Amino acid sequence: MGKVLTIQPVTRIEGHARISIYLNDDGNVEEAYMSLMSLRGFEKFIEGRPAEEVVRIVTRICGICPWMHHTAANKAVDGCFGVTPTLTGHKLRELLQVMAHINDKILHFFFLAAPDFVLGPDADYSVRNVMGVVKAAPELATRVVKMRQLGQMMIDRFAGKAIHPIAAVVGGFSKPMLESERTRLLKDAQILLDFSLYALDYAKNNVFNKYIDVFRELGVINTGFLGTVDRADGSFRLYDGRQRLMKTDGTFVDFEGDDYLDYIGEHVEPWSYGKMPYAKFWNEGFSLDLDAPKGIYRANTLARINVCDQMATPKAQEALEEFRSEFGRPAQATLLYHYARLIELVYACERIIELLNWEGITDTKVRAKVEPKGGRGVGVVEAPRGTLIHDYTTDENGCIKEANMIVGTTHNIGPMNMSVKQAATSLIKDGNYDETILNKVEMAVRAYDP
Amino acid sequence: MGVTTALEALSSCSGCEIAILNLGEALIPLLTEQIDIVHAPILMDHKYYGQCGDGGKSLQIPEAVIGIVSGGVSNEEHIEVLQEMRKKCKVLIALGSCATQGGIPALMNGQDSEQSFDAIFQTLSTDPGAGRPDRIVPKLLDRIYGLDEKVVIDLQLPGCPPNPAHIAEVIMSVLEDREPVLPTKSVCDTCPTRRQGKGVVDTVKRFVENADFDPNKPISDMRCLLEQGFMCMGPVTLAGCAKRGVPACIEARVPCRGCFGSVRPKGNQLLDMMNALASNGIDCMSVVDRRSIQRFCGAHGNLRPKKKSAVKEV
Repeated sequence: MGKVLTIQPVTRIEGHARISIYLNDDGNVEEAYMSLMSLRGFEKFIEGRPAEEVVRIVTRICGICPWMHHTAANKAVDGCFGVTPTLTGHKLRELLQVMAHINDKILHFFFLAAPDFVLGPDADYSVRNVMGVVKAAPELATRVVKMRQLGQMMIDRFAGKAIHPIAAVVGGFSKPMLESERTRLLKDAQILLDFSLYALDYAKNNVFNKYIDVFRELGVINTGFLGTVDRADGSFRLYDGRQRLMKTDGTFVDFEGDDYLDYIGEHVEPWSYGKMPYAKFWNEGFSLDLDAPKGIYRANTLARINVCDQMATPKAQEALEEFRSEFGRPAQATLLYHYARLIELVYACERIIELLNWEGITDTKVRAKVEPKGGRGVGVVEAPRGTLIHDYTTDENGCIKEANMIVGTTHNIGPMNMSVKQAATSLIKDGNYDETILNKVEMAVRAYDP
Repeated sequence: MGVTTALEALSSCSGCEIAILNLGEALIPLLTEQIDIVHAPILMDHKYYGQCGDGGKSLQIPEAVIGIVSGGVSNEEHIEVLQEMRKKCKVLIALGSCATQGGIPALMNGQDSEQSFDAIFQTLSTDPGAGRPDRIVPKLLDRIYGLDEKVVIDLQLPGCPPNPAHIAEVIMSVLEDREPVLPTKSVCDTCPTRRQGKGVVDTVKRFVENADFDPNKPISDMRCLLEQGFMCMGPVTLAGCAKRGVPACIEARVPCRGCFGSVRPKGNQLLDMMNALASNGIDCMSVVDRRSIQRFCGAHGNLRPKKKSAVKEV
């Protein structure tokens, strides 16, 4: 038995992970795993809690995307209590959920991923980070920091808390939007839209073109895709719609969130606390074999961009057309997650402007009448890291009896393991490895923004 | 060159780290002039076992003046990381309510955690026959601990999330070698809502209807949420969440759930809240799921599994 290389912690990602690369006696890769190291047990410890409280507990699953858990949980509890939110309540939830996508994408691309491209994958680890970017490109960095902060503060000012929100409530929203708030948000949203177009342009010229060869090779695997599309016309959606499960060949099946158990299963490996969702619907089982994967699909930005028929907003649609003409549909190259992330950034900015311009957004009927009771509800939204599913059953007092969640990041645990193996196998030969090579293996993971 | 700083996150959600980023533009001078980050998994690439992953079996973190740790302690690796941080850092700061008192993940302390963790691998969507992973992944502890239950902590900064202004204050206090100035009052003491004194409320309502308020008028015009009959933990909770002069949840017209922990040092929010309700003539038994009042402070033995009722002898 040869050496084991332990990349831990996997860095510039949001969760806790470790990569273990097993080399054989000749120094070639025998096996490679990416393990998720944390287990907290939310599904169990929300049992017994009043369901309307759970919407402000499950936010702690992720402090980077708490709005996703907050809104998915609210949808699930609406279902348990048999409530339909008021239209304004529904739109306010969408507005905040889509707004929260904006910060997330700026954070990931510029703070976490950009150091690999602005400073280069082979830069010394002590400078290959956001502090290094600040020194190398101070103007860009200052603008990025300002824009992320603007996005965060738009949410914070209107909804009280940007991190671990409380303003979405069962039946709708906790407070209406004033005209003065709407005007200010609209002005700020326009600034963010301008920035998103600049960001996409910057990335096309300075990252995607420059590293096109790396993009076409690193961590590339062939899988299916899962995302959410508009029920009426198959357009890209983040907050509400039908789920679409696409095969490698581009054929797909659409389903409603309520029926997720017929389409998605979760596989467990003994070396990761994170479960691995797979396409149970395809009836082919589960395998991470690089040449013949079984049941493997991907979620998150590239998946959503692949499954949608078109983007529902004009600038994002332009960007999608350009993307598709170059990379096809479905595009498989892993590093294209970054490109897709910036197309989504443009959509998110355009979408919040649409919502802020909707005539009913300042209506005061923000919450429907709610009565706690027994029932079941499945809430689905697109989180930055993938399709997020909360499934609750309540008892007659409206307290949680049973909960099941499939969290965005987990859809990609299987695929990330494949990408790690692909990258490690193709880069490490005959015992030759170094910091740059190992950072490239991590770059294959970072694209998925776990 | 700034003051060397190491960051770590244990059983956590990254919300504390986002709170640091929410310093906004103040972040740039902080990161480039005032502090020099030598280890921080979310931001930079220092590794535990050497940069090539072949540096031996013992976990290494560089020496630093300031150490900041978020998250509670829930597995064996967390203990190893925390002890290494204590060994290498001069001033160790517990950041956020998980680090200071267990936070939301410590709700698990109210259950038989062995059984619950097994059940996570037997949910509706999980393949039948799966067991709890036991290779590579760290072993879970018997319960979730606050950091000070395992090592000596120099500064405690609670909040879920903590307030960015306080994060800056704590860091600056270390740089300037002085005591930090942090809130000591309760959420109620800093809340501008209108109080009229004891009213007719004798039971506690669930938050399934919105508070009564005029959106066009300032928060100071809204009647206190407790007086409106909602459960609001302002009386027993440490202040600090307010960013614009109003406690954060109240700003959204939503009652407080106690995320900064007890206002009394080492106090018990559940007992204190029950006392506060009782002394105002409110029936404590009307609170559904009283244990969830401890939702942010389940470490330090505050939350334990319910005792199984004794089986009667026949």
